[in-house]
This record gives sequence, structure tokens and C-alpha cells, in this order.
Amino acid sequence: MDGHVNIDRDEKTLSVEESGSRSGKKRRRSQNQDVSASQPPTQSSRPEGESARPDALDTESAYNNSQTRDPATQGVVRRHPRGGGGGGGGGDAGARGESEGRDGHVSASTRGNVQDARRMMQPQSEWEELEEEEEELKYGAQHVIKLFIPVSLCMLVVVATVSSVRFYTQKGIYLLYTPFHETSPSFGDRFFDAVRNSLILLGVVVVLTVLLIILYKKRCYKIIHGWLLMSSLLLLFFFTIMYMQELLRGYNIGMDWITVSICVWNFGVMRMVSIHWHGPLPLQQAYLIFIASLMSLMFIKYLPEYTLWMVLAVISLWDLVAVLCPKGPLRILVETAQERNEPIFPALIYSSNFMYSTLGMANPDDDSRSQGREMAQEGTSNSGSAASGAEGTQRPRDNPQRRRNAENGHVVADDAGFTDDWRGQLDKRTRQRREQVNNFAQQNPSNVDYPQAHPRDLTAEEDDERGVKLGLGDFIFYSVLVGKASSYGDWNTTLACFIAILIGLCLTLIMLAIFKKALPALPISITFGLIFYFSTSLLVVPFTEKLASQQVYI
Amino acid sequence: MTVAEFFGCGLIAFGPSLAMFGLTIATDPIRTIMLVASAFFWLLALLFSSILYTAVVQLQDYLAFGVVFSVLFQELFRFLWFLLIQKAEGGLKKVSDGNMQIVENKHILAYVSGLGFGMISGAFSLVNVLADMTGPGTIGMKGDPKNFFIASAVTSLAFILLHVFWGILFFNALHRRAYLQLAYVILCHMLASCITLMNPIYSVTIPTIWILTILSGVLAFIVAGGSHRTIQSAFRGRPQVLQVNADATGNFTQVGGM
Repeated sequence: MDGHVNIDRDEKTLSVEESGSRSGKKRRRSQNQDVSASQPPTQSSRPEGESARPDALDTESAYNNSQTRDPATQGVVRRHPRGGGGGGGGGDAGARGESEGRDGHVSASTRGNVQDARRMMQPQSEWEELEEEEEELKYGAQHVIKLFIPVSLCMLVVVATVSSVRFYTQKGIYLLYTPFHETSPSFGDRFFDAVRNSLILLGVVVVLTVLLIILYKKRCYKIIHGWLLMSSLLLLFFFTIMYMQELLRGYNIGMDWITVSICVWNFGVMRMVSIHWHGPLPLQQAYLIFIASLMSLMFIKYLPEYTLWMVLAVISLWDLVAVLCPKGPLRILVETAQERNEPIFPALIYSSNFMYSTLGMANPDDDSRSQGREMAQEGTSNSGSAASGAEGTQRPRDNPQRRRNAENGHVVADDAGFTDDWRGQLDKRTRQRREQVNNFAQQNPSNVDYPQAHPRDLTAEEDDERGVKLGLGDFIFYSVLVGKASSYGDWNTTLACFIAILIGLCLTLIMLAIFKKALPALPISITFGLIFYFSTSLLVVPFTEKLASQQVYI
Repeated sequence: MTVAEFFGCGLIAFGPSLAMFGLTIATDPIRTIMLVASAFFWLLALLFSSILYTAVVQLQDYLAFGVVFSVLFQELFRFLWFLLIQKAEGGLKKVSDGNMQIVENKHILAYVSGLGFGMISGAFSLVNVLADMTGPGTIGMKGDPKNFFIASAVTSLAFILLHVFWGILFFNALHRRAYLQLAYVILCHMLASCITLMNPIYSVTIPTIWILTILSGVLAFIVAGGSHRTIQSAFRGRPQVLQVNADATGNFTQVGGM
């Protein structure tokens, strides 16, 4: 038992041993996870074997492994056994590992189905084994909503602004990167302009991405942080002032400069503090959403019409390449970040963590799981109550410790790079990435050495690193699409794009659950959005207009 | 008048459905996702019917053609959505995490997807009209009906509710292989849509549609297992249900009842 169970967590090990005979299901569940972390056979199948819970085990183990003080786990906590075969444990563990490995296989093969909540039927017999998945999927469903809400809010801000303030739909000034202004009357020329503009923009994005990765590789953190700080300063103060000005002008409200400057100063400084240092999570999220909206308003305003649509297409293709390509820059970035065991640029990622995921961190699997279970419905299954019962005793013990660690400045769970799918907008305009380092942990186990990953100094922000992460770039481009659609004044198109993007996001998250792999969030959503924008505005709107004007309902 | 009219009509049309959404759906992530997905299916149906409408150039002057095929497409996509849910049932079991209500009580999913269809269709038929309400402009200048907006809002509300009931009836019909109900849904939808072709003779269309709505509502209520007693128990035992309107009460009772 010692060989693999403690790979995941220390205290859990004890509880598993104690309750092993008592609740078979629970044991199996914990074994499954341990196996998935430790057994060679599962290693290959793990990408799809992992479940929808985006902050998966590795993170937590990282956390636990940093607490190697526990005698039960001391010295065995290395994660390597996963790569090198369960041989780390004794013969008992090996034998058991065998069977569990199979177990893990079963669940791995079926998990794919499970995740794919829309396609596959699940035979009843298998579903006991997969009980653990259930919670994680529940968790996944909640994560989907946790992303739906901010994305919708961001779009709402953009759409409301675009449709009420005329400034953002007036053309005339364009970005430096788009020298071709689509002034020619012929469609072909304008299209060509758009292609050239978007290629220039893409070039800028690529160059800046590569630059950032080089800086990151060379550990020039100061430069990167300076860059990010500068860009967010500019974004905050300059664009906020501009936004306020246009908003006031749009609604014809008078306000003196002193008030404005005090407001903007407070707003901006608060934001700098809350994002670059720390602050309450809702505040951070609100700021990130607001910044994404400002950014996408800038795009809507300063990109020529066709260029904007072309940029959306090109950027989502680039996203695909950068994240999925073996030598893709964003992938390299994640790999590096993961090797160094550190989070990447909090200013660029929206993370949707919530209360019980921070608890779950203290006691990775079952804590969060039982929490979720309690939230959903209590004690529907024996194992559920058993798990929560077992965990209930551990939680109080864990939390103070975690707190203490946090206060001491230890890294407690430094996981941004590990499991969560994150994306970042690197340069303030155009960069996005989305990563899930877990993936790399699976692919290159040798790269990952959690126990040896030295604790970085981190303030008590470790809570804020959890949950699903979506880069600001995604927010920006989603909002750009919807905002641009609404700028033509047709609400049906806007609605269609909104629904299409949400469905795309949902599909992306489902695929994330299936593949357990860093996935770009733009391609599916933006493709859906573009398809629905063009088809709605060309085909559907004439039809619905006619229906609405004649009051015919379908 | 414009802004007041905007809010009035908007709340008439979407108030009940928003209340239903907030009370019964928003609390559950899975239901929310299902709602969005079913709305997406309605969009697909609309897209296909628009493609057909645009493709058949000769018949573009006859809206009836588009309406009939649109109704058929909607019911087709409702069926496809049903099939998809059937396929995904196992997955849903996992997702619903012990909260087996959504899997065991088929009417919940039916209700959710019906509401999804209803909300998106109501939105598509009314948002642009709503946006026009805020002005500038005056309604009814050239002999056009003066109560265009309010009639639109009331009809939209009826259609949103109708979609909810149709969703329940349709899914129930497929589950129990009660093809008469299926036919009822399709015919009712067809009738309701075709009646609106008679607009703006509101004195005919609106009562007819509302009669259909109430009829479908009662049918859906019965099909979902509601009866005189469940209403009573709903009013007695669960005072919070009082806030839902009568039609939704049926569903809600059922939701809580099983």
C-alpha cells in the first residue's frame, strides 16, 4: 500500500487504510486515483483517464508533497514511480498495482464516455467503479457555469457599451498594426487588405510570444513583470479614462476632472494591487473581466471591419497551433513553467476558483469531492457519506496547517502551472494561451519532480490559483465577436453568436475533460461564432425580420 | 412612453420564463447547460429553415411556406435533441452526481429543454421589436395597429409557454410511445404558428393561441403526473411554489414530487 497510495497524499493514505475494508467503493476510488498517478499501464491512458475536474490530482499532490513532514509519506512521496513503474512500493503494492492498473484501465476507457456526457450510454455495472468520476464531472459542470458567467458578463459589458455609446462604432482611426484601411470600394481589395492586416497582426503576436518565451526561458522575470506592469498600467489608466470619457459623453453627463481623476486613480491602483499583489478573488475577477471588456472595445473600435473578422479567424488558428503543436510556443511556455513549478502571470488569467476548491486543496480528492457532494445532495450513496465522513475529520486538521504554511510564506499549493487549464494574454493586446500542465506531467514524467520542486516564496495567495482558468485573450476575442455582431444593431445575430460561443466553450471544456490536455479555447468557440454570425446575418435575419414585422411566430 | 413600454413588454414576454429560469434552472449547473444546448438546437432548426426559405426564391413572398417548414424543422430538431439526451443519459448520470432527479424524472429534462426552446424562440421573435420600442419612432402612424408591441409581447409569452409544454408533451410521447401526443404537439405547433399568419387580427389570433396554451398546459400538467391533489399539496406543503405561475406550478410540483 505504501508504494503508491502516498504518492497522492499523506493523510488520505491513512484514511484509506483504515476504511479500506469498510467501504470498498471508497477504497477503489482512491486507488483509482493513486493508480492513475502511479501505474505505468495507466500512464499512457491517463490523458483521457483523468476526469473533468480540472484541478486534478497532480496539483494536490504537489501540495501534499510539499508537506513531506508526515512520517507516513516521507521519502516515498516522489511521483516518479508513476513513470518508472509502481515498483516504488513493495511487492504487495506491485501486485495490487497490477489489478488496480487494470481497474484504472477500465475506468480510463470508460471515462472517456463519461466525460462525453452527450454521446455515450453508460452501462449500469460500470458506473459504480466510476463513481469517483461523478463528483469530478459535477465539479466540471460547475466549472462550465463558472466560466459561463464571467464570459457572459464580459460580453454584456461590451455589448451594452457598443450599443449605447456611439464612439466605439465610429470608424476613422485604426491601430498601427493595420495599415490597410479597407477604403477601396471593391470587395476583393478590402478582403485583401483585411488579409494583409491580419497577417501583420499575427506576425506581431508571434514575435511577442516568442520574445516572451525567450525571456521566460532565460528567467528574466523582472523584464516580464515590468512589461506586464507597464501594459496593465497603460490599459488601466489610459483606457479607463477614455472609456469613462466616452461613457459620460454618450450619456451626456457632466463631471469635473478632479472627480474623474480621483475615481480613475482609485480604480487603477486598487486593480494593480489586487491583480499584481493580492486581493479578494471576486475583485480580481471583476477587474479581469473589466479589462477584457476594455480591450475588446479597443479592438472593435480600432480594427477595420473585415480585418476584425479575419483577425478572429487567424488568431484562433494561431491558438490552435501554439497550444497543440509539439513545438508550439505556448506549449513550451507551459512546459517550462511546470518544470519550474510556478504559476504564470496572474494578471493574464482568469481563474474561477471557489470556496470548496480551496478546501479541496488541503485534502485534495475527497475533500473537494465530498464538499461538492454535500453541496449537490447529501449521502446519496454509501461511499459518498463514507468519504465525507472520513474527510470531515481531516479537514479541520488540514486547514490550520495550510494556513500556517501560508503565513510562513511556504508555498503550499503552487499549482497554477499544473493542472488548470489556463491561458494568458501575454502582450496586452493579442496574446493568449491556454495550458494545462498536467498534460506535460503525464507526457514527460521525468520533467516533473514535485517533491524536489522547491517552495517558492508566495504569499497567502495559494487559494487564488485554483479552479478553471481561461486566458483573458479568450474573453477578449469572444467579446470582440459578440460586440462586433451587436454593433450592426441586430440583436438576433448577437444572441446567436452568444449561444454559439457558449456552446463552443462548453464543447471545449468537454474535450478538455476527455483529453486532459492543454486545449485552445478559441478555435471551437470562434468557429461557431463566426459560422453563426455570418449565417444569421445573411440567412436568418431576413427571415426573422419578416416574421417579426408581420407578427408571425414560429 | 418608450422606455416604459420597453420594460413593460419585455417583462410581459420574458418575466415568467425568467422567473422559471431563476427558480428552477439557474441553481443547477447541469440544467443550465442543458438549457443553453437546447437553445442551440433551436438555433440550428431556425438556421435550417432560413436556409430553406432563402434557397426557395420563388416562395419567399409566401411566408406560410417558411412557417410550415420552420415548424417541421423545429420539431425535427426537438427530436434530435431528444435522441442526443437519450444517448447522453449515462453521462448525465455521472454528471448529476447522485442527484438522480434529473435522470429519473424525465420531465425535468423535458421541461428544461422546452424552456430552452421557448426562451430562445421568444427572444428571436421579440428582441428586435423590443429594441425598436425604445424609440425613436411612433407606432401606428399609417393605419398600422397601435397595439403592435403589446400584442407581440403577449404572443411571445404564449409561445414561450407553449414551447415549454410542447417540450414536456413531446418527450413524454417519445418515452411512452404515445404517438397521439406527438401528433398533438406537431399539430398544435403548426396551428399556433399558422394562426399568427392572420395577424394583425388580434381578436382572433391571441385568444386562439392562449386557448392552445392553456390546453397544452393542462395536458402537460396531467402528463407530468399532476392532479388536483398535487396542486393542493404544492400549495400547502411548499409555500414557495406559490410564487410560480399556475402552469409552472404543475411542472414544479412534479419536479419536487418525485
